[in-house]
Amino acid sequence: MKSYIEPEFIVERDNEKCIRCKVCINQCTYDTHYYDPEDDVVRSRDENCVNCHRCVVFCPTKAITIKKNPTQYTENWYWTRENIVDIKKQAESGGVILTGMGCDKPYYTYWDKILLNASQVTNPSIDPLREPMELRTYLGAKPDKLEIEMENGDVVLKTKLAPQLCVETPILFAALSYGAVNFNVHLALARAATEFGTFMNSGEGGLDPRLYKYGDHIIVQVASGRFGVGLEYLNVGAAIEIKIGQGAKPGIGGHLPGEKVTQEIARTRMIPVGTDALSPAPHHDIYSIEDLRQLIFALKEATDYTKPVAVKIAAVHNSAAIASGMVRAGADIIVLDGFRGATGAAPKVIRDNVGIPIELALASVDQRLRDEGIRNKVSIIISGGIRNSADVVKAIALGADAVYIGTAALVAIGCTLCQKCYTGKCPWGIATTDPWISKRINPDIATRRLVNLLRAWSFEIKEMMGGMGINAIESLRGNREHLRGVGLTDTELKILGIKMAGE
Amino acid sequence: MDEKFLHKELPYNLSNFIVTKNGVVSIDASNMHYRDLNFLIKSYANPSKRIDLYNVNGQRYIGTGLKNNVEIHIYGTPGNDLAAFMDGPTIYVHGNAQDGVGNTMNSGKVIVYGRVGDVAGYAMRGGKIFIRDDAGYRVGIHMKEYGNQRPILVVGGTAQDFLGEYMAGGILVVLGLTLNNGEKHKAKFIGTGMHGGVIYIRGQITHIGKEVKIMELDKNDMNLLKSIIEEFCSYFNFNIDEILEGEFKKLIPYSTRPYGKVYI
Amino acid sequence: MRTTNFLNNSHNDYKVVEACALFGMMNLSGRRFGARDPVRAISSMHERSNGLGGGFAIYGLYPEHENDYAFHIMYLNMEAKEKTDKFIMQNFDVLEAEEIPVNPEANVWKPPLLWRYFLQPKKEAIKNQSHDDYVLNNVMRINTEIGGAFVFSSGKNMGIFKGVGFPEDIAEFFCLEEYEGYMWICHGRFPTNTPGWWGGAQPFSILDWTVAHNGELSSYGTNRRYLEMHGYYCTMQTDSEVMVYALDLLVRKHKLPIEVVAKIFAPPLWFEIDAMTPKERNFYVALRQCYSSLLMNGPFTIIAARTGMMIGLADRLKLRPLTAGIKDDMLYLSSEESAIRLVAPNLDKVWSPRGGEPVIGRLKTLKPQEILTT
Repeated sequence: MKSYIEPEFIVERDNEKCIRCKVCINQCTYDTHYYDPEDDVVRSRDENCVNCHRCVVFCPTKAITIKKNPTQYTENWYWTRENIVDIKKQAESGGVILTGMGCDKPYYTYWDKILLNASQVTNPSIDPLREPMELRTYLGAKPDKLEIEMENGDVVLKTKLAPQLCVETPILFAALSYGAVNFNVHLALARAATEFGTFMNSGEGGLDPRLYKYGDHIIVQVASGRFGVGLEYLNVGAAIEIKIGQGAKPGIGGHLPGEKVTQEIARTRMIPVGTDALSPAPHHDIYSIEDLRQLIFALKEATDYTKPVAVKIAAVHNSAAIASGMVRAGADIIVLDGFRGATGAAPKVIRDNVGIPIELALASVDQRLRDEGIRNKVSIIISGGIRNSADVVKAIALGADAVYIGTAALVAIGCTLCQKCYTGKCPWGIATTDPWISKRINPDIATRRLVNLLRAWSFEIKEMMGGMGINAIESLRGNREHLRGVGLTDTELKILGIKMAGE
Repeated sequence: MDEKFLHKELPYNLSNFIVTKNGVVSIDASNMHYRDLNFLIKSYANPSKRIDLYNVNGQRYIGTGLKNNVEIHIYGTPGNDLAAFMDGPTIYVHGNAQDGVGNTMNSGKVIVYGRVGDVAGYAMRGGKIFIRDDAGYRVGIHMKEYGNQRPILVVGGTAQDFLGEYMAGGILVVLGLTLNNGEKHKAKFIGTGMHGGVIYIRGQITHIGKEVKIMELDKNDMNLLKSIIEEFCSYFNFNIDEILEGEFKKLIPYSTRPYGKVYI
Repeated sequence: MRTTNFLNNSHNDYKVVEACALFGMMNLSGRRFGARDPVRAISSMHERSNGLGGGFAIYGLYPEHENDYAFHIMYLNMEAKEKTDKFIMQNFDVLEAEEIPVNPEANVWKPPLLWRYFLQPKKEAIKNQSHDDYVLNNVMRINTEIGGAFVFSSGKNMGIFKGVGFPEDIAEFFCLEEYEGYMWICHGRFPTNTPGWWGGAQPFSILDWTVAHNGELSSYGTNRRYLEMHGYYCTMQTDSEVMVYALDLLVRKHKLPIEVVAKIFAPPLWFEIDAMTPKERNFYVALRQCYSSLLMNGPFTIIAARTGMMIGLADRLKLRPLTAGIKDDMLYLSSEESAIRLVAPNLDKVWSPRGGEPVIGRLKTLKPQEILTT
């Protein structure tokens, strides 16, 4: 049937600047540009353009501009262009509309309504350039108290501490599954984490054996599909994360379209080549909280109780009660993924409508665990749209121990958030497993970019902490006194547990 | 063996309940917490060839994380997640097992002289499980295979709903030996979401998932099935000819991308 | 209502989430037996609980008071007791009242005051109601209107003993070794909040109905609002409360056989109904149309009981475990087979029922119609 959908973007080429080098044709993976030899001119198929800017960046003469199609539907604040086009797409295909990356709608973002404190007069700010500023954080279960004995005048520690993860900065790389991204991306993340002293997360697609040597800096994930989960995988990582859900698609399973399942991916995941790798919605052995406890201890038994076990949930309405249950089930780390979390593929309607903002979930989980006297039994890591170091500082002040960055890490190595990850054609070489396009990610350069990002943010965090008069991050953790809200209702302030600016 | 790593104080002297004779270690598991029992099993698994566990009642994770070729005999009722994440040993259960047998198992064997509960063989990636009697719901969910790693799960009796859900590889066999004459398998949604692997069922089927098609067996199927059932019979003293005379059906997925058109 | 609501659910969650161990044991000939086996069995499933709740229901408990309503009431303070005593005396004839004997050495958490009463409704006050309805309404009134008082058991010749502690400690606290019954229902709890409130433990009971429940009802909101329409007020925000009220409504008031009730809670799927004979189909369509708000969605296994009957039922997708066993004239129901084997190593028969198909144990001595009287 004829499609009624008009192109979203228009490619404008300045023909005076264009030197017909055809770099744009080579770089575009969506077949947008083509060369017309009769007229000796490069033309574009607007309907294929996804606004990824690969051609814009690589055009040597900056001849290309991508514009939003100026032809608009009649102004309608309720029936947006997106609503109209989605309906037409579904009428043409009968399918569920997929999308990539995180929710892009203008819903409330609480980070931007929270402001940070600085010390003046009564308390000196500290200069991170010259004076020590400590960001090191230990993630894992902490005991209620320490028991000490005196033996021959020496202090001897009797309490045995649970296994911990040590990070030099409270920023970790979020779970990106092997299949959603390719080996080069995983390699860059592993190297950057190792170099900087933090961790990457393998995601639910298993781990390529070539990365086992970075195992000390990898958190291995066990999701409902159990892809790649064997004894070696569990023992090579520094910690194990049970993925119950993720912020981009709470309640439904993982989704890797068949286009991205190559030989390598099929081998690691142990499924046929070209098949959709769908992780089921629930773990089929976790139907109740006591089942979660059963899996946590199965993993601890399988690794001889040497590694922390984390449990990741999406931020939903009763996250606080669930988190409380997770602690009592034996988790060492709780991971909360807010609704701005990104994904390689998710139904758009779920990405944009299910879940709650991470700021609110974090505040209520942290408060609930304190009310029950069990906050020390876990560390909390949050994720879901952490865009800059200020978001990190605000998160820690609200109560998190550390944050995971996913989107930010990918943007650092080239992503422009065009939201087409599920096609497997990412022209930046990130969200693709095509061996040819994957070469566009040079692991050495990508590693450099990621380390640079971590270094830049860590320094900014130190600056902000110094400004507050704090020189050790544990003094910022849960310290809501250093936050004030603006433009928030009483209920929002109450849930976030912060005062209004001016109070 | 370092006793200070035991989970908690055992009520009696260790040597009183562990006996070693001719390379066989016998452990009395009465009143023992699963953490202590598994610690003991792991400690003795390396030098011994065989470990016998007596008075087992509800202890979980037996065989979890074990890698070597030890043979373990369980007398009693093991708890949930028997042989979860196991990679090598052979476990004989002289009795019934509970839920989660062979959860994400990598290699090795489990032989159950009785029935199992729900979710047996979940995400199984290799190895073999032989069950003499019936199994519960969700058996063989998301079994996988690659290259030589091809898991096999055989149920002597019948299984319940969602058998082989989401299978991506491996072989699932259900023999229906506990059914009465003319009785059908009650399982519904057999093979729902299947996109790899194969299921062989002996007896009449009630309901299958929409991603599955029923086929007759060809010569290769018969040879494969014969060798599997031969091994099965060797454990349980069934008559292989009687079994092979039954009516077998083969279930395979229509496509490796059953949901290719659902998501756009 | 406010007080107990707050106590059970101090975080104001829309519902209390918990997970559990279940065990039921019934002598089908009515022979009474003691606490040893049920307590051993429920304690063995330690991994499924976390010490924040345990409880027992015993049937055939008070043969000397066979026809009297036995109220077990917990009080937070003496004031609540005084108010309740006054209320009881206005509406009931009190044949006996005493403190429930306890063992203070047991390892349980801050027990409330615990009293039991043997009562008959006051003839003048009953008017047109049945005795059971009269008792039900008065129990609701005590639980919702008198702060700090909670009637946790109100049936004849049966009683509930429950609180905050591991099941074996609760058994020690209530001196359960002194009692006998022909049916014991046991529960160990693993809640996600920190209850201090003894009333929140399971089993939950109204009149002589008891439910021990494992799982979480995703249909809770729908079920609760339907039951409220019929005069049952959910004060505890737990799933077992909704189950018990639904059973009372459907079996006692609507006089439906328990097998039909199982099909209301866990009905066959529409595609199965479409394939039935016209007579069967009409019946099931009517069932699902009329009682759509009592479909219990979400994983659940329940062990329910009333005088002379024990019922085990799992949801239609069988998302929670349930094993049944028979040895001579004993029927066992359990979350895990190992618990049954502990007390009965050799069983005549052991099986797991299919989702939506109940296991029903009935006292041989009771004629079928006696079981359904109001």
